[in-house]
Amino acid sequence: MNVTITINGEERGGDVEPRVLLVDFIRTNLAMTGTHIGCDTSSCGACTVLLDGEPVKSCTQLAVQVDGRSITTVEGLANGAELDPIQVGFHEEHGLQCGFCTPGMMLVCRALLDTNPEPTEEEIRWAISGNICRCTGYMNIVKAVQHAAKLRAGAAAEVAS
Amino acid sequence: MFSAQFAYERPASLEEALEVLAEHGDEAKVMSGGQSLIPLLKLRLASPGVVVDIGRVPGLAGIVPWDGGLAIGARARHVDMERGASRFGILPEAARQISDPLIRNAGTVGGSICHADPSGDWGAVMLALNAEFVVRSRRGERTIPAATFFDGPFTTVLEADEILTEIRVPAPAGRSGGAYLKLERKVGDFATAAVAVQVELANGHVGRAGIGLTSVGPTNLRATRAEEALAGAIPDDAVIDEAARLAAAACEPRTDVRGSADYKRDVVRVFVKRGLRSAIARARGEAA
Repeated sequence: MNVTITINGEERGGDVEPRVLLVDFIRTNLAMTGTHIGCDTSSCGACTVLLDGEPVKSCTQLAVQVDGRSITTVEGLANGAELDPIQVGFHEEHGLQCGFCTPGMMLVCRALLDTNPEPTEEEIRWAISGNICRCTGYMNIVKAVQHAAKLRAGAAAEVAS
Repeated sequence: MFSAQFAYERPASLEEALEVLAEHGDEAKVMSGGQSLIPLLKLRLASPGVVVDIGRVPGLAGIVPWDGGLAIGARARHVDMERGASRFGILPEAARQISDPLIRNAGTVGGSICHADPSGDWGAVMLALNAEFVVRSRRGERTIPAATFFDGPFTTVLEADEILTEIRVPAPAGRSGGAYLKLERKVGDFATAAVAVQVELANGHVGRAGIGLTSVGPTNLRATRAEEALAGAIPDDAVIDEAARLAAAACEPRTDVRGSADYKRDVVRVFVKRGLRSAIARARGEAA
């Protein structure tokens, strides 16, 4: 089946069997390996992508299912050389150790900040509850999101003034 | 992991979906959000010839007032219930305890109900709410009470050519309140045990009480004898204790990695007690 998916703003197509998972389409057909395969059983969130702005697990979506829709992967966070505030937050607050969960974590947190610019710690922990960090670096992940929220608020204030 | 091969149909309308189902019969499997079906396909526990993706069928995803109650489109997602079903407090309370936030962005109420996992949460909630399910086929429409919908583990009374289109939650008589209590080992795990409770009050007496149970039997169970013990009674401690005892007696849990049968039965007893207290307080307008 032919599918067309807008990925990070760019329309990409491919010919896939219906059983091909979205994560495999992204990694194999499109050769974009920022989206990770962790558990492959809907448990860990390493394969998180944003589907029309909302985080979902790409190991539990068929590529044909998202035909015509729009997804964002970790490669779509930065604007050229300029990092997204969530990436700056993870960098400056040491929100990663091994980095395997990081693409999924950053996408989930970016979606959180898009809908809730000033989340409480509990709201952050709630938002990342479907993503597992096996280095157990949750403390710093929470700090990274709080830092990103401040950066975004600062940027918004600058634009307003 | 890859599933076995299947043909994929993505009908653009309900009529088209019903045509496809009528054509393929048992060979076809309806997919809504895919959050239960895709894992089953990957593990090759299911290998349908045709997957019928109803994800683009319009008109199945609304949550709207209906005859004093609520009509929930079968394709409404769990996250939509978290946000948009406050008419019955038990609905958002149950929704936010389902799996994890990413699954809730994709999985649907109707998909979960038709999957009929005895560990599914919505079945118990809909039993407690005395809901009914509207199903369509090319042959017409029929309405099935939640109480007779579940036939066995992962089995419902749906025919192969039928699609669940809507869940109807009837209007409560008098003041009402509900609660959903779930014990899980971690976010995203299935329930060790869970209890849905919905109570209607009139003049200090219980009108109708609904109690649904999760993960403690071959299907979501309705604790009928406990409901009968509550109906018409003044809900004092003795009545609540007796209902909790009857609900625990009604369940048929199995010992597994999540706990022993005795433990699960006792969780049901405690959760029914707590759930009834919360539901009654909420029906009275008290914080609980």
